[in-house]
Amino acid sequence: MSQLRVPVGPTDHIRGNLAAAVTLVEYGDYQCPHCAMAHPVVASIRQQLGPNLCFVFRHFPLTEIHPFAEPAAESAEFAGEHGRFWDMHDGLFENHDNLALPTLLDLARLLDLPRAELQDVLATEKYQPAIQSDFIGGVRSGVNGTPAFFINGVRHDGSYAYKDLMISIQAALAR
Amino acid sequence: MSEILAPATKAPDFRLKVTPDQELTLGDLLGKPVILAFYPADWSPVCGDQMTLYNQILPEFRKFDAELLGISVDGVWCHQAFARERNLHFPLLADFHPKGAVAKLYGAYREQEGVCERALFVIDAKGMIAWSYRSPIAVNPGADGILDALERLPKHGQSPEETNDVTVASARRAN
Repeated sequence: MSQLRVPVGPTDHIRGNLAAAVTLVEYGDYQCPHCAMAHPVVASIRQQLGPNLCFVFRHFPLTEIHPFAEPAAESAEFAGEHGRFWDMHDGLFENHDNLALPTLLDLARLLDLPRAELQDVLATEKYQPAIQSDFIGGVRSGVNGTPAFFINGVRHDGSYAYKDLMISIQAALAR
Repeated sequence: MSEILAPATKAPDFRLKVTPDQELTLGDLLGKPVILAFYPADWSPVCGDQMTLYNQILPEFRKFDAELLGISVDGVWCHQAFARERNLHFPLLADFHPKGAVAKLYGAYREQEGVCERALFVIDAKGMIAWSYRSPIAVNPGADGILDALERLPKHGQSPEETNDVTVASARRAN
């Protein structure tokens, strides 16, 4: 059974309270259509579980098949630096099939983020080390595709359908 | 169901087609670690399928000087189209004729379905199996087990007890 090897910590992007009964960690890629389909599922689960759930997102860009995955992840980190990670995260998934530069700049504009600065970030791949660190931590934890979910540190091997994820989460809650 | 070959077994040599006009033998790769990844079929209908994932992780395998070989019963032309579409940078071997002969040698053939198991073998520089694992057919095993096994291999000129364990925590995002 594959286990999360990198514990959730202060450098993670966290939605909810770290002390919640269930921690759901997702390794995802903003250009991955399956991750985009899982996005509203995660939103429903967060709504359903409220304070009992802590959600963490880590980058797992499959750059060999998704050329926009890396710039999208850079954009999310950039927004994070300005305190808007989750707004950018949501915007990226809503536009997963159209993540070329104009979309990334539009999303920055909608969030009142400095677009010229984002262009510098993309040109220099400023956050590449942090993104790569997420990726390697995922690989060592047994991430086997995107999206990959870990529930209280254990890889969820079922589908990302609401019902399947909830069954695993309820089991974790019962332990 | 047959048992896959266990560690400390000599890895059976084989000669298989890697392109329409090239063949590869396991013996050609003596002197470096080899990862043999048997998988059921090309063209899995998900983004993060096993071969795409391993392709993305290739730089990590190369840090151990390891060669990755994918093996399925698909023919060379199928492999070629698949490798091109997914931008794969490692060889796919065609265990096509006689069908599944090499998979059978490794105990990694599913007679009933006529496809390879999802079975992984890490073979050391001397041609001995150092680690093997069979995943449930529907579960992509990821790469954590492979990297752990590569890490445990004695490094060149080192005795086994001198191998270093790389801690994942040290690879964590510096913030």
